Amino acid sequence: MTTITETMANDHRHCDALFAEAEELIAQGDWAQGREKFEAFRNTTENHFSMEEGVLFPGFEQRTGQAAGPTQMMRMEHSQMRQLMADMEGAVAHEDDERYLGLSETMMMVMQQHNMKEEQMLYPMTDQVFAADAEATLQEMKML
Amino acid sequence: MLNTANLSLDQAPPISIPFRFFLTAPLFGLAAAGMLLINGPDLFLTRWSPMTLGLTHMLTLGMLAMVMCGALLQMLPVLAGSPVPKVVAVGSICHLMITLGTVMLVFAFLSGSAIGDAVALGMLGGGIILFFVAVMIALWRVKSVSATVVAIRLAVVSLLITLLLGLLLGSGILGTMGFGDIASLVDVHLGWGIFGWIGLLLIGISYQVVPMFQVTPEYPSRLRRLLAPALFIGMLIWTALVLGEIFGALNEIVPRIWMFFLLSGFVIYAVVTVRLQLQRKRRIPDITMMFWRTGMLFVPVCALVWVAGNLSPGIGYNPHYNLLLGVSLLLGVGVSVINGMLYKIVPFLSWFHLQNRQMGLMCMTVKVPNMKEFISDKAARLQFRLFLLALLSALLATLRPDWFAHLAGLFFFASNALLLKNLLVAMLRYRETNRALLAYAESVRVPDGDVD
Repeated sequence: MTTITETMANDHRHCDALFAEAEELIAQGDWAQGREKFEAFRNTTENHFSMEEGVLFPGFEQRTGQAAGPTQMMRMEHSQMRQLMADMEGAVAHEDDERYLGLSETMMMVMQQHNMKEEQMLYPMTDQVFAADAEATLQEMKML
Repeated sequence: MLNTANLSLDQAPPISIPFRFFLTAPLFGLAAAGMLLINGPDLFLTRWSPMTLGLTHMLTLGMLAMVMCGALLQMLPVLAGSPVPKVVAVGSICHLMITLGTVMLVFAFLSGSAIGDAVALGMLGGGIILFFVAVMIALWRVKSVSATVVAIRLAVVSLLITLLLGLLLGSGILGTMGFGDIASLVDVHLGWGIFGWIGLLLIGISYQVVPMFQVTPEYPSRLRRLLAPALFIGMLIWTALVLGEIFGALNEIVPRIWMFFLLSGFVIYAVVTVRLQLQRKRRIPDITMMFWRTGMLFVPVCALVWVAGNLSPGIGYNPHYNLLLGVSLLLGVGVSVINGMLYKIVPFLSWFHLQNRQMGLMCMTVKVPNMKEFISDKAARLQFRLFLLALLSALLATLRPDWFAHLAGLFFFASNALLLKNLLVAMLRYRETNRALLAYAESVRVPDGDVD
C-alpha cells in the first residue's frame, strides 16, 4: 500500500529536479531551455499545491476539526512560494539571471524547509488521520 | 496527539537573538588574528603555552561554539519541531555570559590571573549550563525523534561534558589533589569538544542540510540511525580507556587503537557527505558548498595526520604535530563549516523575517531583497578565498612559524574583517527594509505585531 507520505514526498523530489535543471540552464545563460524548465517547475509545483489545498488539507481539517492548525501554516508558505515564483517569472521574462539566481536561492530554502515540515510532520499525520481512506484520497488527488 | 504548534512558523526567535551570536564570531576571529599578527611565531611553539591555549579558546568558544549555539536556538523549531523555551531571555543571557566568559578566559590564560580564571569559569559554566538546560528541554519535548534530533541531543550532552572537564581543569582542583596526569585529561576535554560537540552536531545537521542545500540524495538510513550513537558510545569507552591508562591499569596504546576506530567513523561520514554532494542535482556554484567541501576534505586529512603521529614517534612527539592537527581540525574543519553555514542562515533569516512581516501587512510597495541581495556571491567568494589563504598559511606556520605565522594572522584578519562586513551589510539591508515596512504599517495604521 502506498502512503500519502511516500507519494507526496516523491512529488517533492520531482519538483526539486525540475527546479535544479531550470536553475542550472539559466545560470549557463540558456534562456530558451531554461524558460521551458522553469515553466515545467512552476506548473508541477502549482499542481502539487492544488492537490494539497484542494483535497488533502480540507480532508485533514474535516477529520481533525483543525482549520487554523498546521494546514493554515502550509497554505501561508504556499503563498510565499507563489509570490517567489511570480517574481522568478518576471526575472525570466526580463532574462535577468542575477535576479533569477537570487530568487531561486531564496525559493530553494523556503521550498526545502516547507517540504521538510510536510514530510516529517504533516504527511505522517495525514496518513494517520486518513487511515483507511488514504488510498482513495491519493486517487482523488491524481485526478487533479 | 497532533501537535499543531510544531508546524508554526512564528515560533522562530526574533532575528536579534541569532544575529548577536553570528556577529560576535568574526569579532573573536579578528581578535585571534590580531594575536597572530602581534605574537606571530610565539604562538606556534607548543600547544601548551598559555598564549596558544588562549588563541585556541578564542576559536573554539568565540567562533565555533558562538555560531553553533546561536544557530541551534534558531534552528530547533525547524529541525526538531520544538522551540527553545524563553528563547529571548536564554539567548541574551547565554550570549552575554559565553562572550564575557571567553574574553575573561583568554585574559586569564595570558595574565595568569586567578580571579580572572574564576570569573571566566563562573560565566562560561553559567552560560553553557543555561544553554544546555534550555536546549535539552526543547529536545526532550520533540514528538518525532529523528536521527538529527538524536545526534543534536548527544552533541549537547558532549558540550556539557566538555564544559565540566574544562571547569575541572581550569579550577586547579586536580593540582591541589595531587593529580599528576593533567595532559591526558586535557585530551579527554578536547576530545569531547571536538568529536562530541562539534563532530556530532555537524553530523546531525548534515543529515538535514546537505540534502536540502544541494538537493542530494538522503544519507543512507542505517548510517543516519547508527553513526552518532555509535560515536557517542565510542567516546564514552575511549574516556574509560584513557582513565584506565591514567591510573595505570592499561597500556597507553589501548585508547589510541580505540581512537582509530572513532576516527574511522568520522572519515566515513566525510566520505559519504562528499559522495552525496557529487550526486547533487543542484549543480550551480555555491559558496556554502565550497566551504563545506573544504571542511569535509580536512576530516580525512586530520585522521591521516593523527595516524602518522601515532605510528611514528618522531612525528608524534614533535610539537609541530599537535599544532598541525589543531589547525586542521579547528580552522580546516570547524571554521570552514560554520563560516559556510553563515552564508545560508543569515540571508535566509533576513529574508524570512521581512517576508513574514510584509505578508502580514499585505504590503506591496516595499520590496523585500532576495537572499543574494543581502550577501552577494561576489563578496562571499572573496571572503572564501581569503579564508583559504589564511588556512593554508596557518598550516604552513605550524611547520615554519617564523615564515608564515604573521602571514596567517594577516589573512585571517582580512578574512574575518570581510566576513564581519558581509554580515553587517546583510544586517543593514534588513534594518533598512524593516524600517520601510514599519513606516508602511504606520501609514496604513495596521496594528503592528512583534517588532524585533
